[in-house]
Amino acid sequence: MPESKKTPLYDEHVRHGARMVEFSGWMMPVQYSGIVDEHHTVRKAVGVFDISHMGQIHVSGGGARDWLNHLLTNNVERIGKGESQYTFLLNEEGGVIDDLIVYHYDEDAYLLVVNASMTTTDFEWMQAHARAGVELENRSASFAGLAVQGPKSVQLFDLFFGPTVSRPARNEIRLVNHGGKPLYVSSTGYTGENGFEIFFPAEFAAAVWNEILERGAELGIKPCGLGARDTLRLEMCYPLNGSDLSPTRTPLEAGLSIFVDLEKPGFIGREPLLKQRQEGVKERLVPFKMKDKGPPPRAHYAVFKDGARIGEIASGALSPTLNIGIGMAYVPARFARINEEIEIDIRGRRYPAAIEKKPLHR
Amino acid sequence: MNVPDDLQYAPTHEWLRMEGETATVGITDHAQAELTDIVYVELPKAGAAVTPKQAVAVVESVKAASDIYSPIGGTITEVNQALESSPGLVNTDPYGEGWLYRIRIEAGEELEVLMDPASYRKQIASAGDASV
Repeated sequence: MPESKKTPLYDEHVRHGARMVEFSGWMMPVQYSGIVDEHHTVRKAVGVFDISHMGQIHVSGGGARDWLNHLLTNNVERIGKGESQYTFLLNEEGGVIDDLIVYHYDEDAYLLVVNASMTTTDFEWMQAHARAGVELENRSASFAGLAVQGPKSVQLFDLFFGPTVSRPARNEIRLVNHGGKPLYVSSTGYTGENGFEIFFPAEFAAAVWNEILERGAELGIKPCGLGARDTLRLEMCYPLNGSDLSPTRTPLEAGLSIFVDLEKPGFIGREPLLKQRQEGVKERLVPFKMKDKGPPPRAHYAVFKDGARIGEIASGALSPTLNIGIGMAYVPARFARINEEIEIDIRGRRYPAAIEKKPLHR
Repeated sequence: MNVPDDLQYAPTHEWLRMEGETATVGITDHAQAELTDIVYVELPKAGAAVTPKQAVAVVESVKAASDIYSPIGGTITEVNQALESSPGLVNTDPYGEGWLYRIRIEAGEELEVLMDPASYRKQIASAGDASV
C-alpha cells in the first residue's frame, strides 16, 4: 500500500496538536480540540478546515463548456464566468461516480473540485472521454484549499481581505491578489453556515492558514478536522460520496434531482435517469432523527418498519447541535414521507426514529 | 497520560480497582483520549455473569462504537447510572466519576493476565496507538 500523502499543511496540523488519521490516501486532521467543540465553534463562531486533499481538475479550451455539459448532470450553460455550480459525474447506468463543484473561473476555463478519494477515478474517466479542443490537467498536488465556515466568517472575510474586497455572492468565484498571493475565493461550503473557500498554489499554504488563524483569533476561530466536517454536513443532509452516493445509486434516488437537468441534450447517464423519472424511483435517501436519547445510529445499521427490514443507514451520527442521533438511510419510496415512523436496529435492539425534512438541526 | 499506581490494567485499556471481593472497572485515561468525545455508554445489567475478556459494554464516541472487555470474570453487582445522562464523565474523570461497573469476583479467579502500572505505561508508550 502506498504511503499516505501529506497536504501542504501537514506540519501546521501537527504543530497545532491535531489528531492525524489516514483518509482517502491522505494524512488528515480528524480533530483538534474535539469534534463536538469544533462543531459548535462552526455553528456559533468560525472555524477553518484544510481541504487541500480535495482534487482539483482544470478543464480548458474552446470545447470545454460543451464537453463538461456532456459529462455533468447540471447545466454548465447556466453559469457565467465567475460562477460555480454543484453537479454530478455519472456512469452510463446513471449511478454517481462523484459529486463536485464546477467553478467557471475564466473564459473557457473551469476548475472542478472533486472528492479526494475519487480524484484519480474522475480524472481517468475524463481522459477516457477526452475530446479535441479540451485540455485536462490534474493540479491536485500543486493546489491548497481552505474552508472558512461559520457566522463570524463574514467579519473574518473583511479582517482578512480588507475593505477593498467585497464578499463573493452565492455561487460566485473571484481571483483576489492578496499581497502578491493569487487566491481564488468563493462562497461555497459544506457546513450550512455562511463561509468562504480559498484555493491557491500550495507554496502559500502555511502563510494563508496562519494569517486566517491570526486574523480570526479575536472572533474565536478554531482549526477544525474531518470529524466536525462530517457532523456539520450530516445535520444539513449534504451527501458524502461513498456513504450516501455510489455508482449504484442515482441522484434521483438520493433526492438531488434539482442538480440534474434532464431537459438538456445527451449527457452520460441521462437515459436511465429519464426512465427512472418516468417509472418512479424504487428507493429514496431520507433524513431521519431518533425519537429518544440513546446510542447514535451509524452507517450500515438496519432500518425496520412494522417488524420488517426495509433498508440500511447510509450516514449516521450523534448530532452535536441536538444531542440526539440523526442520519440518512435508503428506504423504499413508499416510506419516504416526513414523520413516517421507522426503527433502527442497534446491536439487536430496535430504537424508534422518524423521517424528517432537511436540514435536521433546525 | 495518567496511569494511577493503585490500579491493575488490561492490555485492552481497561483498569480494575480491587476492593475486597469486589472490583471496580473503567477505561484508562489513554483510552478515553484515543476515543475522544464519548457520547453514549451501553452498560451490562446488574446480576449478569461475565467471563474474562467478554465484551460487556460499548463506549461510543462521535466517530465510532468500541467494545469494552471485562478484565476479569464474575457477577456484575452495580453499573454507573450517571453515565446514562453524562457519558462525558468517562472523558473528564476516567478513574473516578467515569467508572463503568462493579463486579464480584469468584474465589480462585485468575488475576495474573492483568498488568501493573509500569507494564501498562510501557505498553502505551511503545504502541503509540490503542485498539480499544
